[in-house]
Amino acid sequence: MGYHWDWGVFFRTVPSGGATYLDWFLQGIEWTLIVSACSWALALVVGSVLGVLRTVPNRLLSGFATLYVEIFRNIPLLVQLFIWYFVIPELLPVGLGTAIKQSPPLMQQFLASWLCLGLFTAARVCEQVRAGIGSLARGQRNAGLAMGLTLPQTYRYVLLPMAFRIILPPMTSETLNIIKNSSVVSTIGLVELSRQAQQLVDYTAQPYEAFIAVSAAYIAINAVVMMVMRTVERRARVPGFIVAGK
Amino acid sequence: MPMISLEGVSKWYGQFQVLTDCTTQVDKGEVIVVCGPSGSGKSTLIKCVNALEPFQKGSITVNGVSVGDPKTNLPKLRSHVGMVFQHFELFPHLSIKENLTLAQVKVLGRPKNEALGRGLKLLERVGLIAQKDKFPGQLSGGQQQRVAIARALSMDPICMLFDEPTSALDPEMINEVLDVMVQLAKDGMTMMVVTHEMGFARKVADRVIFMDQGRIVEDAKKDDFFGKPRSDRAQLFLSKILQH
Amino acid sequence: MGYDFDWSSIPGALPFLWHGAVITLEITAIAILVGIAWGTLLAIMRLSPNRALSWFAASYVNLFRSLPLLMVILWFFLIVPAVLRNLFGGAISDIRLASAFVAFALFEAAYYSEIIRAGIQSISSGQISASLALGLSYGQSMRLVILPQAFRNMVPLLLTQAIILFQDTSLVYVIGLSDFFGTAYRVGDRDGRIVELLLFAGAVYFVICYGASWLVRLLQSRITIVR
Repeated sequence: MGYHWDWGVFFRTVPSGGATYLDWFLQGIEWTLIVSACSWALALVVGSVLGVLRTVPNRLLSGFATLYVEIFRNIPLLVQLFIWYFVIPELLPVGLGTAIKQSPPLMQQFLASWLCLGLFTAARVCEQVRAGIGSLARGQRNAGLAMGLTLPQTYRYVLLPMAFRIILPPMTSETLNIIKNSSVVSTIGLVELSRQAQQLVDYTAQPYEAFIAVSAAYIAINAVVMMVMRTVERRARVPGFIVAGK
Repeated sequence: MPMISLEGVSKWYGQFQVLTDCTTQVDKGEVIVVCGPSGSGKSTLIKCVNALEPFQKGSITVNGVSVGDPKTNLPKLRSHVGMVFQHFELFPHLSIKENLTLAQVKVLGRPKNEALGRGLKLLERVGLIAQKDKFPGQLSGGQQQRVAIARALSMDPICMLFDEPTSALDPEMINEVLDVMVQLAKDGMTMMVVTHEMGFARKVADRVIFMDQGRIVEDAKKDDFFGKPRSDRAQLFLSKILQH
Repeated sequence: MGYDFDWSSIPGALPFLWHGAVITLEITAIAILVGIAWGTLLAIMRLSPNRALSWFAASYVNLFRSLPLLMVILWFFLIVPAVLRNLFGGAISDIRLASAFVAFALFEAAYYSEIIRAGIQSISSGQISASLALGLSYGQSMRLVILPQAFRNMVPLLLTQAIILFQDTSLVYVIGLSDFFGTAYRVGDRDGRIVELLLFAGAVYFVICYGASWLVRLLQSRITIVR
């Protein structure tokens, strides 16, 4: 092949000094996990609210949620990211916009990444929550109301607890998706794993080692998340209830 | 030589034994009814005859061909054995006449017009010629099952297996299917029928086999079975089922 | 908002944007065609009783599904030029496009194979029993009975995946390939009109994808086989 393998490259110091390439690699993992976790938190909160909104009788609220989902699902993630990073600061009130544009680059990158990834994933969470609530027989809702619970109470005590258990498997795959999607933020310079992969190639000229290490990291994170989620699913299982899952 | 012969057939699903030491035979032209409570293994047994289910012990021969032998050409064997299923299993994406001609053309290699001709004749025989261009989803359960019987007959089978053919039908449609099966029996077809329909058994069965928990508990001529069943289990079963 | 909108650079840039759009469509088309073909094969392999085949298919699918598409694109941009150089001597004219074709086709096949596998498994096992009972071989049963039914049911999901794939092509940005999005960004950067061009690109994608998913919904209501 003619390629010179050098796994020791990870232990070499970077030109700017003070760290090894391995430190860069670990920093990449760190940022991937931080961005994914923060975005996931935002997505769960916003997505759950939207999911419930899509199922309520009020046309205005459900229409708003539907519009939200359609916008975030029909524009590529990369385009959305660039819009958050380049366009939104320009469209905000002048004071706020300037404040953002003058803040440290890392802050701008993280803010855009967090909002983009979080609100994009919220649209997907919304659909899962809606499907979860929808899969519960109408009878559950009626049973709650018949006992004298108000609609919000019915959602809180009857529908949502079961809905969340039903959607745990799809939620697992959404967690894995957000970790993979976090790679997109490398394009605006945030130094998560994919960006580090490219950095390592640029600085060390050892592309195969860099890519293999980064790929292994993604696969490992993937495996850990699946293990954790499987435990969560097992703990949350309702005895005797077979989920008609897809 | 018997048409179908089972010798010491045993089958396990993992650790669980579903068939234990089943031995019986079906002669040419005989009609055998297999009955018993659910879970008795009767459907499993009949599915072993055309190798849709594998079995671990014993032997099964159909017209002299060993079913369990790894060298046996199974598609060829199956093309000679007709099978009718509880849930009809017509092919929903094909029209009725296409359902009838598919296997004739692809397995037996008959030319299309010949296959169509035979298929339509069989459709007439079961009284459904008017439905030839419809799709299975447009037919009632009873109609679908009659088409399924015609489909099995289109292969000119030497014997036919029926796996609870009327269990999934609404009560008013059971008779139209049983009538077709009675006529088939009168025409001399060798039949092995898993069913709860004791009226059918009384009318055309030569022998009745009663199964319980994977074993053949009784295997008697029709009159002996209904008149004086030997085992307590069979007596109990009959007393419960014949009240209706 | 203190931003002065100026859409004037868009009309002049339309030829470039169209050229970029063609690249987007080419990648999408290749990925759909090869993806579904290879994906069907993978699905059948995964379901086959042959352990080696099903292990290979499962590993392939799991590998591609655990990596971000962005990394896969980078990987193939690393590998494909080297491979092609060994096969064909000199470099192919458009190495970026070739790498993108390979990356997307192989990546999407993994996702398509999961849809197809679920589709095949959703056909009741009674159908395969009935086919085998008539004397059809396993291959004939798949080809004549199972796959036709499975594909009819899967079409909406396959099309939805195609819409997702269409959006994902924008990621070729990372290997410097100018698809529709990449071109829009470059034009905006060149003219100092990033805001307008990005909003324009977003709007175009929205109209196309929303329209396509609306058509898929329409198709879905017409195509389900009556059981």
